[in-house]
Amino acid sequence: MTPAPGTPGLAPPASPDAKKASARKNARAAARRGTPVWRRVLPPVIVLILIAAIWDLVVHLGHVQDYIFPSIENVFRSLFKNWSGILASATWVTFQEMLYGFLISITVAVVLSLAVHSSATLRGAIYPLLIGSQAVPIVVIGPILAIIFGYGISPKLIIVAISCFFPIVVNLVDGLGSVDPDLIKVMRTLDGSRLATLFRVEVPSALPSFFSGLRIAAVYAPIGAVFGEYAGSQNGLGYVLIQATPQLNTDLVFAAVLLLTVMSIILFALLSFLEKVCCPWAGKGRK
Amino acid sequence: MTSTAGSPAQEPEAGIRLEEVGRAFGPTVAVSGVSLTMPLHGHLSIIGPSGCGKSTLLNIISGLDDPDEGTVEVLGATTPDDRLRRCAWMPQRDLLLPWRDVLGNAALALENQGMHRKAARSQVTGLVKRFGLSSFERKLPHQLSGGMRQRVSFLRTLVAGKEVLLLDEPFGALDSITRADLQFWLRSALLEEPRTTVLVTHDVEEALLLGDEVVVMSARPGRVAARYATSFPAGASRRELLRLAEFTELRDELLARLEEAS
Ligand SMILES: Nc1ncnc2c1ncn2[C@@H]1O[C@H](COP(=O)(O)OP(=O)(O)O)[C@@H](O)[C@H]1O
Ligand SMILES: [Mg+2]
Repeated sequence: MTPAPGTPGLAPPASPDAKKASARKNARAAARRGTPVWRRVLPPVIVLILIAAIWDLVVHLGHVQDYIFPSIENVFRSLFKNWSGILASATWVTFQEMLYGFLISITVAVVLSLAVHSSATLRGAIYPLLIGSQAVPIVVIGPILAIIFGYGISPKLIIVAISCFFPIVVNLVDGLGSVDPDLIKVMRTLDGSRLATLFRVEVPSALPSFFSGLRIAAVYAPIGAVFGEYAGSQNGLGYVLIQATPQLNTDLVFAAVLLLTVMSIILFALLSFLEKVCCPWAGKGRK
Repeated sequence: MTSTAGSPAQEPEAGIRLEEVGRAFGPTVAVSGVSLTMPLHGHLSIIGPSGCGKSTLLNIISGLDDPDEGTVEVLGATTPDDRLRRCAWMPQRDLLLPWRDVLGNAALALENQGMHRKAARSQVTGLVKRFGLSSFERKLPHQLSGGMRQRVSFLRTLVAGKEVLLLDEPFGALDSITRADLQFWLRSALLEEPRTTVLVTHDVEEALLLGDEVVVMSARPGRVAARYATSFPAGASRRELLRLAEFTELRDELLARLEEAS
């Protein structure tokens, strides 16, 4: 899968970095033009199969013990064996924590972004706090939240929300603020009030950037959920991890990690799909 | 200049009047001492070397900006907000909203004025048709050519229903063939629309084709260096105009003035 067809053959030898960048740009342009699905899905699948093959080869040839590093078959065997017992309900619990935490995070992020965007005073007051909130180590606040809120879902929601909201806010504020100043002026001469400019111009043009933030946040959501469960829980994939690891039940650990990964990818793909639906114009022939 | 002879008090038909207007950005004096009057429904072209403050002047007239010195009056309005209410401004780049189709972009001002989306769209349909864009009504900007986008942009400006149109190098970003095409198209569109128009350009032919008066500005700090009236037959085609002796003489004169200015 070389992106060669796009790279200009006659151009003077570019630096490897520039070449890579242009290849990436070409690949992205191709994806936009509607590459068939199989061409987008095939490369990662091939890579996955390769990794799995090497993994199994190492485990089998090296006679690695299952509790140190389980073979792929054993991970899946453990997954199916434990699915109805613990994994299904644990996945469901963690999924809810991720989803609701993410939704709370989006709500808070949107409100804060609009506040920061619409007033310089609020920007000065809120932005430093937002950045400060990211310096607080989640490992530390997890147990504190567990003490305050107990083992229920609420401390997990808070941790997921805290882990997710920063990339959403930063990208949304950037997106809202990066509208062409001439366009804002056009809106003023077309009788656009500030609110009209916000909702007819700034919000729509910030959407692609907003979705970039959401996709980054989607990667943090499962991490936040697992941290929350580490701090104190009775169910969830983080709970499974914390139980299975000291028991050297390594294949179950891997099965739980696999489920987390799959949820993360599904969330990411869902957001990419939503972005396509919401901003069909994005990246199209901008001049 | 309060004692200007021959203009008693406030004539109701006043168009645009600038008196000793100056504007500086930090140490850069963009324009200084610009005095300029034009009648209601007049079509004024302003040419000048790039960087001489043409856009600054247009921004000041529109009310998007206010001068440091001097006074501005647009159809009787002197405060920036009142001027904004009378002026529509079209910049060089089309700046259409990429998520709105042609109708949606054209209807933007009506929606801003409080009209419902559907009503606004149906109201502009007629104008879209008149401008030869009816088969593109539902196309998004990225599906249009540069010339068409600029036409939609002009349409959007027109729909705002302002008495004054301020066009800042509206065709500067287009290739020469499309530009020639659109210049002529705009000439006929403006003849049908009796609006006060100020066009900024650095293209002499464009200034002559689209203005009934042409003002030449000097290099920065921009001042009014010369002013010419044009009167070419309204029905003439572009090629006929370009062959007219008066046209070519004036063009050469303007080019010479422009060279002096820069
Ligand atoms: N917002 C601004 N801030 C600082 N300098 C500006 C600004 N707008 C214009 N200028 C300066 O004023 C001068 C005139 O600019 P402009 O009116 O855009 O010229 P023109 O439209 O004739 O090319 C230029 O030197 C430009 O750099
Ligand atoms: Mg300019």
